[in-house]
Amino acid sequence: MPTSEPTIREAVIRGSSGKTRLYVFGAMAALLIVVAIFAESLCPCDPYLQNLDAALQQPSAAHIFGTDRYGRDMLSRVVAGSRVSIFSTFLLVAIITTLGTAIGVFCGWARGRADHLLMRVSDLCLAFPGLVFALAVAGVLGGGLHNAILALAAVSWPKYARIARSQTLAVRETTYLKAARLAGCSTSRLILKHILPNIAGPILVTAMLDVGTMMMELAGLSFLGLGAKPPTPEWGSMMSETRGLLQTVPWAVFAPGTAIFAAVMVFNLLGDAVRDWMDPKMRVKS
Amino acid sequence: MTTPILQLQNLKKIFTRNGQSEFLAVDGVSFDISAGECVGLIGESGSGKSTVANMIARLLDPTEGRILLDGEDVTDVKARQIFRTVQMIFQSPQESFDPRRTLGDGIGESLLNVGRSRSQVRAEVERLLEAVGLPPDFARRYPHEVSGGQCQRAAIARAVAIHPKLLICDEATSALDVTVQAEIVDLLSRLMRERGMACLFICHDIALAQNFCDRLLVMYRGKIVEEGPPDEIVQSPKQEYTKLLIDSVL
Repeated sequence: MPTSEPTIREAVIRGSSGKTRLYVFGAMAALLIVVAIFAESLCPCDPYLQNLDAALQQPSAAHIFGTDRYGRDMLSRVVAGSRVSIFSTFLLVAIITTLGTAIGVFCGWARGRADHLLMRVSDLCLAFPGLVFALAVAGVLGGGLHNAILALAAVSWPKYARIARSQTLAVRETTYLKAARLAGCSTSRLILKHILPNIAGPILVTAMLDVGTMMMELAGLSFLGLGAKPPTPEWGSMMSETRGLLQTVPWAVFAPGTAIFAAVMVFNLLGDAVRDWMDPKMRVKS
Repeated sequence: MTTPILQLQNLKKIFTRNGQSEFLAVDGVSFDISAGECVGLIGESGSGKSTVANMIARLLDPTEGRILLDGEDVTDVKARQIFRTVQMIFQSPQESFDPRRTLGDGIGESLLNVGRSRSQVRAEVERLLEAVGLPPDFARRYPHEVSGGQCQRAAIARAVAIHPKLLICDEATSALDVTVQAEIVDLLSRLMRERGMACLFICHDIALAQNFCDRLLVMYRGKIVEEGPPDEIVQSPKQEYTKLLIDSVL
C-alpha cells in the first residue's frame, strides 16, 4: 500500500542536509590545512631539538604527546609533520589528477592505436598491487619524499585516465558537442571549453576521495623507509622510528598514528560530502 | 542558371560495427536545394533523414557520394570549415546547449570563433534574442532554467547568428507541444523570409511539412522514393509508401 510518509532512509537523507556535512568537514579540512601552513609558528618546541635527558617521557603538561627516544617533543613533530604529509599528498593528488585526466581525454578524443596502447598500459598498472609496484619504483629510484611521490604517481594515474576517457567518450557524442562543432570551435576549444568542464565533476570527487588514500600510501612508503628521510618529521616515518617501542612508550606511535587517522578520515568524509553535494539528485529542490 | 546552394550526389552511408554487421542507412540520395528554397524531408524514424542532415553539416562522413556547397566540394572537410554557410537546429533543444554554459555563451560562440570582440558579441546576442522573441536577460540563463520552447528559440538564435545560407532543421519542432510548435514554425518562416536562407526541414509530420515547405522529399529505407510540390504529394501520392505515410496521419 502506498504511503505518503517518508521511509527511514528518505528521512535520514532529508535530515542530514548534504550542505551541513560539506561545511563541517570542509571546515575541519581547512583547519588541517591552516595548521600545515603555519606549522612552524604553531610548534610549541623545535621539532628537531634533541634533548636526551628528556627522552621517552610520558605525556605531561610540558610535552602533551610525550617525547621520542631523542627527547624531541612529539606534539611539535606531529604539527611540523602535517606540512610534509598534507602538502606532499596534495602535490601527489594534483599530479595524478592532471596527468590521468590529460591522458584520458587524449585517449577518449583521439581513440585508435594510441588509445589502445595507453589503455593497456593503464590496465597493467591497475592489475598490479599498487603499493608493491610503488615499492619497486621507489626501490629503483631510491628513497626520499620526491621519489615516493613519483613512484605513487606512476601507479595511480590510470584510475583518472579511465574516468576521463569514458566521460570524454560520452561527451563527444552529445548534441551540444555537435552544436559546438557547428559553431566553428577548434579542437582545443572543444576540449577546454566543452569537454573538460563537463567531465570535471566525477574527476574532482575522485581526487577528493583519493586524498585520504594517497596520504596513507605516502605514509606507508615512509614507514617502510622509502619516503621522507629522518630527521624530517613525517607521520609515516615517525611511526616507523618508534614502532619498536610500541609496548613501552605507546604514545610515541599513537601521536603520529592518530594524526594520520584523523587527517585521512577528515579528507575521506569531505570527499563523500562533496560527492553527495555534486549528485544532481541531491540538488533537485534547490 | 545559378548554382544551387546545396547539391547531394549519390550519397551513401554504411554503418559498421566492429567491421561485422553492416547497416545501409542512406542509399544513394541525390537532391539539390536552391538559394532561399525550403525543402522538406519526410519519412518514418529510422529512414535515414538525420543521417543525411549530419552528413550535410559535416558531422558525419559519407561512405560514398559527394556533397557540394555553393558549388564547392565539401565532402572531405569538417564542420568547422563550413559553419559559416550551414547551421543546424537539433531535435532536443536542451541537449543542444552545453549544460555548464549560459545560453548567451552558446548563441555567441560562432561569432567569437570568427574573431568578433566580446562586447560586439554581447550586443549581437541581445539583438538575436530579441529577434527570436526572448528577453535579453536570457543570455545569462542556463539551458535547464528555461522551457523547451524558449530553449529552441535560443537554438534558432544560435543557428542564425552567423547568417548561414542553409539552415538544417532536424526535427526542430518534434519535441515541443503543438502550440509552441506553431510559434516556432512561424518564427522560422519569418527569419527565412527576412534573411533569404534556404532550409532543409526534416520532419515526420506531413501536415506541418506541407504548410511550411516549397518542395517535399519522401525518404524510405535510405532512399528518396518520391519528390514534388507538397500539395501534389499529399493529394496524389504515386508511391505506396507515401500513401501509407499520409493515411497514417489522417
